[in-house]
Amino acid sequence: MADVTVRVWRGNAQGGAFHEYRVPVEEGMVVLDVLHRIQAIHANDLALRWNCKAGKCGSCGAEVNGHPRLTCMTRMNIFTPGETITVAPMKTFPIIKDLVTDVSFNFQVAKKIPAFQSRPPDAPDGSWRMMQEDIDRVQEFRKCIECFLCQNVCHVIRDHEGKKQHFAGPRFFVRLAELEMHPLDTGTRTGLVKEFAGIGLCNITKCCTEVCPEHIRITDNAIIPLKERVVDEHYDPVVWLLRKVLGKR
Amino acid sequence: MADEKYETHEYDVIVIGAGGAGLRAAIEASAQGVRTALICKSLLGKAHTVMAEGGIAAALGNVYPEDNWQVHFRDTMRGGKMLNNWRMAQLHAQEAPARVVELEAWGALFDRTKDGRILQRDFGGHRYARLAHVGDRTGLEMIRTLQQHAVHKGIDVFMECTIVRLLKEGERACGAFGYWRETGRFVVFKAKAVVLATGGIGKAWKITSNSWEYTGDGHALAYGVGADLIDMEFVQFHPTGMVWPPSVRGILVTEGVRGDGGTLKNALGERFMFNYIPEFFRAETAETEAEADGWYTDKKKNRRTPDLLPRDEVARAIVAEIKAGRGSPHGGVFLDIASRRDPETIKRRLPSMYHQFKELADVDITKQPMEVGPTCHYAMGGVRVDADTTAATVPGLFAAGEVAGGMHGANRLGGNSLSDLVVFGRRAGLYAAEYAKRSPGSFTVDAGQLGAIARECLEPFERGGDENPYTVHRDLQECMQILVGIIRNEGELKKALEELAVLRERQGRVRVAGNRQYNPGWHLAMDLHSMLTVSEAVARAALERKESRGAHTREDYPRMDPTFGKVNVVVRRVGDAMSVSQEPLPQMPDDLRRLFEESK
Ligand code: SF4
Ligand code: SF4
Ligand code: FES
Repeated sequence: MADVTVRVWRGNAQGGAFHEYRVPVEEGMVVLDVLHRIQAIHANDLALRWNCKAGKCGSCGAEVNGHPRLTCMTRMNIFTPGETITVAPMKTFPIIKDLVTDVSFNFQVAKKIPAFQSRPPDAPDGSWRMMQEDIDRVQEFRKCIECFLCQNVCHVIRDHEGKKQHFAGPRFFVRLAELEMHPLDTGTRTGLVKEFAGIGLCNITKCCTEVCPEHIRITDNAIIPLKERVVDEHYDPVVWLLRKVLGKR
Repeated sequence: MADEKYETHEYDVIVIGAGGAGLRAAIEASAQGVRTALICKSLLGKAHTVMAEGGIAAALGNVYPEDNWQVHFRDTMRGGKMLNNWRMAQLHAQEAPARVVELEAWGALFDRTKDGRILQRDFGGHRYARLAHVGDRTGLEMIRTLQQHAVHKGIDVFMECTIVRLLKEGERACGAFGYWRETGRFVVFKAKAVVLATGGIGKAWKITSNSWEYTGDGHALAYGVGADLIDMEFVQFHPTGMVWPPSVRGILVTEGVRGDGGTLKNALGERFMFNYIPEFFRAETAETEAEADGWYTDKKKNRRTPDLLPRDEVARAIVAEIKAGRGSPHGGVFLDIASRRDPETIKRRLPSMYHQFKELADVDITKQPMEVGPTCHYAMGGVRVDADTTAATVPGLFAAGEVAGGMHGANRLGGNSLSDLVVFGRRAGLYAAEYAKRSPGSFTVDAGQLGAIARECLEPFERGGDENPYTVHRDLQECMQILVGIIRNEGELKKALEELAVLRERQGRVRVAGNRQYNPGWHLAMDLHSMLTVSEAVARAALERKESRGAHTREDYPRMDPTFGKVNVVVRRVGDAMSVSQEPLPQMPDDLRRLFEESK
């Protein structure tokens, strides 16, 4: 059983600093286990979020050595032995305390997305018929665990506080794409995608796709098709170019 | 501090807990036109329901048209060793299909059959393939669907807000007292009706599939205001949790692995479940490997594989194999799907299992067997409720989902939890709203009552104690794991009660550092109160039931005893003491009883 040195950012909205802790690590441990040990041994009041410890709830995101990750799915054996590990809160969201940030922005955006509206049932018993191949893509989007790591890395949200009001962010492009491609949904949201969600501000850097722990192909499968749909109604040069390069989906 | 002005909210209905049951209750209450609040310990959408994997049981008959509510009802009662509240089991079986279709109407996308209907998968104890599912992430689909539906219904959501006590006016529940995790400030909810949907109690055990939230809050809240708890001795240990590496011990491995063809093996490579078929299930269980394997595709000619016996049977069999020295290297047994299904099928049907083992254990489940062992998973026991209305024994209080008792009897079948959540979540919301509408206007909450609760909550900051809340928690988990685990006896249960008394005393000396802002040490100090209460209830009820039935196994009373088959063990607070009694089980009407005779 070796010891590891971990630097954890501690503080609140007023400010803070990295604190160094040494804790024993055992085979198989993940970063969240290490944080729990720090909590139990050195700092009972170390604030962090977690629920499932199995990559299913999306609560435990943080920046580990500068990379946004789920701490419960980050194994300690990916670091070189003896390496000091740094854990900091997600950068984009306002700090509440230690590793806990204020992610309420995301819940506000969620409220603005009009509800799913199904077409009338296909069968007299009130059920529907859908083919698996027609829902595969939408099921990919519905894997989203709302960890908000994609929101955290998106430079439009990160660098432009003012634009947040007009930019829903990748998590919600996924949600909008899901509704748009849902075989039963009858709403149209293309106007919304442009106006409120501000998809035009996205310049397809793909940072969101890279961090998604559910491996949702956010840019290729959600954002680009959404942009194309918007273009059918509005003119958007980025997409025009893209379509030239990539061909229509 | 007693004169701190508390932030106060007033509602018709408050729902505590925002998993499947709480969300469904809140949706229903607000649909009835009453002012509704939803209060949860975590952020919205993170509740334990999100971790449910295998599916939601409902006799839709999409895969086997022979299936219907009577068959589902019968499976549920037999799985619960006939101790279930028959009326709950009936309502559940009858209403589950409509609740599943309703989820689809709200946007859920279940996996499909070839002709485009909802696909159903095999699971333990279910006669037919019955579980609607989305790969192995059904809980996520359900919680997201309910969450996205609820968002537009005008329900006020209080996230990261923990309730520590219920409030009463006279005999009836009239609200709740809690704190904001973020600031540590107290908050008071006045309400005409209170719905508990707080889930389970697994965090009192060391090896568990449950998240930090599962500290038995709802059980303890109800007990605190004098409501009855029943069946607390029945704690389900899911047979298949991860066992290696140590840091992931307990994380759930879905029963869907076996539902999709996986089989349990010991160190000798034997499919040992064939040696553990109990008399009770012999007539319906395959005796040979050929028959068991044939069952997956032809249920008429073959009987069900013993790998899919109810969870209590499988968990005990695994413990016995390990005890006999035939376990796997890290103290579990093997669960093998790699040799039985092709890699593509495994990845498509069980994507998160594949991911979980690959990432956390360096095991490729398409190539190697998994190592698994029992993990504390589910509380069958809980708040005693009226089957139709979910009303607890305290007026104004309702309970649905895992926190309610009776539905699952002595053992829950897989897949019956998600359906329980929506069937009884809806009923709780409906009847709580109705109750609220019938209730007279405002009431007063006694300021002295509030001050006393607040003082108690703040004690860990102020007293000169010497106990670390994490240490007390660890010792509690150790105690429950060893002394109130899968196999129990009188000596150990009595010892557990002694240890719990000591732990209770130590809890009184817990001291926390820091301030009230987002302080997990303080939060845990308060959660310890709930965990100690439910732990004592489980130990006392387990001592009272001198037989082995379902998930409750007594090595000193190894058989089912028909006299105990007629009673619930009831735990309630009398003064400051915990009273335990045996009370008669509700009697099933003859037309339902016949379902069991015919099938013999
Ligand atoms: S691809 Fe678009 S949404 Fe994704 S991170 Fe880049 S700018 Fe943001
Ligand atoms: S899309 Fe991926 S990264 Fe973004 S919130 Fe969902 S799971 Fe997280
Ligand atoms: S704790 Fe749930 S994703 Fe990490």
